[in-house]
Amino acid sequence: MSDRRKLAILLLIGLSLVILYVVVGLDVAILSYALPRRISKVLAILLTGAAIGFSTTVFQTVTTNRILTPSIMGLDSLYLLNQTLVLFFFGSTSIFLVNSQLNFMLTVVTMVLFSGILFRFLLAGEKREIYLLLLVGVIAGTLFQSLSSFLQMVLDPNEFLVVQNSMYASFNNVKSNLLPLSSALVVGFTLYAVRYVNVLDVLALGREQAVNLGVDYEKVVMRLLMVVAVLVASVTALVGPITFLGILVVNLAREMLRSFKHRYLLLASSLLGMIALVGGQFLVERVLHLASPVSVMINFVGGLYFIFLLLRGNYA
Amino acid sequence: MIKVVDVVKRYGAVKVVDGVSLTIPKGKITSLIGPNGAGKSTLLSIISRLLARDSGSVYIDGKELAQWGSKDLSRKISILRQSNHIDLKLTIRELVSFGRFPYCQGNLSEEDWGIVDRALEYLQLTEIQDKYLHQLSGGQRQRAYLAMVIAQDTDYVFLDEPLNNLDMQHAVEIMQILRSLVRELGKTVVLVIHDINIASCYSDYIVALQDGQVVGEGCGEEIMEESLLKKIYKLDFCVGQINNQRVCVYYN
Repeated sequence: MSDRRKLAILLLIGLSLVILYVVVGLDVAILSYALPRRISKVLAILLTGAAIGFSTTVFQTVTTNRILTPSIMGLDSLYLLNQTLVLFFFGSTSIFLVNSQLNFMLTVVTMVLFSGILFRFLLAGEKREIYLLLLVGVIAGTLFQSLSSFLQMVLDPNEFLVVQNSMYASFNNVKSNLLPLSSALVVGFTLYAVRYVNVLDVLALGREQAVNLGVDYEKVVMRLLMVVAVLVASVTALVGPITFLGILVVNLAREMLRSFKHRYLLLASSLLGMIALVGGQFLVERVLHLASPVSVMINFVGGLYFIFLLLRGNYA
Repeated sequence: MIKVVDVVKRYGAVKVVDGVSLTIPKGKITSLIGPNGAGKSTLLSIISRLLARDSGSVYIDGKELAQWGSKDLSRKISILRQSNHIDLKLTIRELVSFGRFPYCQGNLSEEDWGIVDRALEYLQLTEIQDKYLHQLSGGQRQRAYLAMVIAQDTDYVFLDEPLNNLDMQHAVEIMQILRSLVRELGKTVVLVIHDINIASCYSDYIVALQDGQVVGEGCGEEIMEESLLKKIYKLDFCVGQINNQRVCVYYN
């Protein structure tokens, strides 16, 4: 089966899942309320799935590593710390929490700034050790996590409930007023990155080959990493942290396609991200009746797959 | 012509390349020889802009490295390093097609594919062009990368230990290809090499390095000289003439 064909099939599966999700169990009596609500929810899900698939592919290619995801670099914990800090210092009724747009902007800016500093580690110095980036990211992540837990301990239990909600990604209470802003960010930066689709093929060969073939390596990599940061920050601020989804869909995409070309890989991983999330959310809502948030399921499946990748040992 | 002027590279307090100046002649095979840690690979990486230098200049056809745009430079020089292990599902043909990236940014025209085909043919890879890289033997993989460099069609080709892990037959095969690159296609080849007998027989010009400094340069006969080799490698050499070529024995 050709790669185009596979992509077409993925697209079909995705579309049918979306229709299924929107239509099944729709209460016709309150159609004018329920339909727009479902549509904005499904849009948020699609946006998240696509952004995570896209950004993880770019990130893995740039770092030439198949088990990394941008969220492992402490971004998820930073998001949590951010929410906890705001709650701790300003309380649950502060404008930073009540005004979701302001909260969104604040979160995105902090996360992009942090990523910018972190990625400097990757590009600074002679060796450009990926392990240094990984180490710094993991250590920073742990620090953020401990700080959050500590602050959460001393929080008022009622306030803690607020922060608990943001600990797992959830599409059940997507704030539809954030959708235009986050879509604009995600779509805009994705379109910008699409210009580099052929360059990404070359970057997959590693730094030396990329330089040899005339890629202005440091500049291009920094730009691509900043796109990754914006995408991840936007969707995390929109729905919360989904650590393992990226690894899951990108590796599935690589297994599925014959081609190494990013014009296919990026599409496939974005589509797979959307399928996983829409399908997952459909199961969670209609089958499990909201017994668990979708991110718990995704992280469970993704975690298992991650272990499988490690055991198989083919992840360099 | 490549001109290297007073290039210095430090790692911490150690000067790995210590004020190297040399001129690499055009249309010739030039070999960089010397013991481990002499700075050969570092020097090659600096000349091919993979590594930043601390001071000094490198002129390629009269223009300083920093003055070249990355795209123009990639049509002028190409570099192949020893570690070429990538975990990608790539066929030989796909790898070789990357050589055209500097010209077409990944959108290959008929003409580009023609050049890819000719590069494959030149290295006798046409029959196995659809094999994946990880299915290849060391010699085949080395040839595949060489084909990519040939498709890149640059005036200057830099190779860092291209004979690494190759047996005698494949090593000679690679050296013959390099010689034909120079003779038939008019390329300039610069390589780092450990086997000084191969260096002596195949190169037009040899540069000997020791502790980051140039300790000798010239044609094979000037370098293949017992006292100079003894000074560089700290071994007793016995240099002789076989088939009109200088070779040495240093095992005892």
